[in-house]
Amino acid sequence: MAEVKPKEKPRELIAQVSVPYEMALGRNWHRFFESLKEEKIMGTQCRTCNRVFVPPRSFCPRCFEDNDQWVEVGQEGTIETWCYSNLMFYGQTLKPPFIAVQVHLDGTDVGFQHRIAGFDLSDFEKVRALVKFGGRVRVVWNPEKKGNIFDIDYFELVPG
Amino acid sequence: MGKAVAVIGTGQTRHGRRNDVSYPELVREAVKVALIDAGITPKDIEGVVTGTMPSMMEGVSDTHFYFADALCEVGKPVLKVESCGSTGQSIAHCGYYWVASGLADLVLVVGMEKMFEGDGQATMTTVADPWFMKPFSAGAPGVFTMQAMEWMHRFNIPEDQAREAAALISVTHHDSALDNPYAHIKIKVSIEDAKNAPIITYPVRLLDVCPTSDGACAVVLASEEKAKKICKKPAWIKGVGFRGEEFFLGESNKSIWPSATEAAQHAYQQAGIKNPLKELDVAEVYNPFTYQEMIFYECFGFCPRGKSPDYVLKGTFSMAGALPCDPSGGVLCTNPIGASGLIRLAEAARQVTGKAGARQVEGAKLALSHAMGGIDQFNGVTIVGAKL
Repeated sequence: MAEVKPKEKPRELIAQVSVPYEMALGRNWHRFFESLKEEKIMGTQCRTCNRVFVPPRSFCPRCFEDNDQWVEVGQEGTIETWCYSNLMFYGQTLKPPFIAVQVHLDGTDVGFQHRIAGFDLSDFEKVRALVKFGGRVRVVWNPEKKGNIFDIDYFELVPG
Repeated sequence: MGKAVAVIGTGQTRHGRRNDVSYPELVREAVKVALIDAGITPKDIEGVVTGTMPSMMEGVSDTHFYFADALCEVGKPVLKVESCGSTGQSIAHCGYYWVASGLADLVLVVGMEKMFEGDGQATMTTVADPWFMKPFSAGAPGVFTMQAMEWMHRFNIPEDQAREAAALISVTHHDSALDNPYAHIKIKVSIEDAKNAPIITYPVRLLDVCPTSDGACAVVLASEEKAKKICKKPAWIKGVGFRGEEFFLGESNKSIWPSATEAAQHAYQQAGIKNPLKELDVAEVYNPFTYQEMIFYECFGFCPRGKSPDYVLKGTFSMAGALPCDPSGGVLCTNPIGASGLIRLAEAARQVTGKAGARQVEGAKLALSHAMGGIDQFNGVTIVGAKL
């Protein structure tokens, strides 16, 4: 039997779900963000495998031991990988174009997500000539501290 | 391994924008086909496993309640499992464990997504934590691009060569999708089209990226006794592997991707596979991004680390190659996420039972299916074969 095509396209309901949250940072991440206000990047260290974590982990994800040892880590690091984004997604914090980066901060054992900025990002080819794997970057502090990740305004490229 | 388990029926919807049906109706469409394919009725099912993306995608929480009737679950035990993109493999594994334990003979596994109804990338950003990773995420393309860049850098892969290989993957899969009656994106693409498509997140271009799709997939799993009784050609599950990594992206090396590597190794061990490139006849690799697909080839031992582009350009993974990958067109052409990983298993099962139609790999006897989920965090692999 041939399929009967309905004359009308079924309607769609336009809906929005909005839910408020109060998400606890916990003592560990609270301390990290309080330190950012003082322009310090604090990591935690596992006493078993000795790895240093930023973002700080209250416990080592591999050893499952408490990471109760805090260490101040470097404000410079090496580019592990990066991505140039020029698309706006719903709910995205940063306005495109921006450069997402994974930085290996000096004195840590993991990659840290942030952004590279401080120069004209409008032309990808110019960006590509400047941003290199293994290149060095340095923290630029936001003069206005709010106790969130943007107290580190961005990472700037270190010439050399 | 527990007791033997077989795939005895599969069902897929036509994938694409399906605003002709409500969400439960879409789910029923896949379930109905799977039941007919298996030759069973809803009352035969002893348990149901289901899963989707996070509820933010659906707009309705706990969809296993919303879909209760479509899933034939009324009066039966039901489990919901989700692991983002790898949900389809997670629910298949959950159903497998249920039957392999000997506690059920017939279990229905159903994955679904109606991505045109929600906002895929907005949902994806809620998979990241709100403090450290979310502010810098540019949807899924951003995460996968970082990974592809790291991989190219680590193995000194020339950008032009990777670009060329990614374009060939795009062309091959788009061609394959034309042979797949369920596929969403059915367009003829040339190498030049792929190489010159608009940039999403450099070097990833539009034709390197999967679409968002509405669709559902259902699979019927049976015990050995049941399968032998009611199914002429079961696809036997030969091995399952699933691994996760640390939550934060920077805490593991995504260019060699431990979870993908170890999930495959675990499944190979059970299936007795030592040389996957030689022993497997076909693979349904979860491939929302062409560049990422090349990383999977290496993790699964299809070729040495850093050599994927060489093998791709030699045609190793094309339809006529040594190991055809994604003859369905894969996730690159069809991506209802909660269903996508299960579609890989359904396609693999059809391949080893000779029921893949125009996309059949001649004489396929052993197939790999796979899915990836989270912020590059989870990988699941299921191997199916024609022989018990």
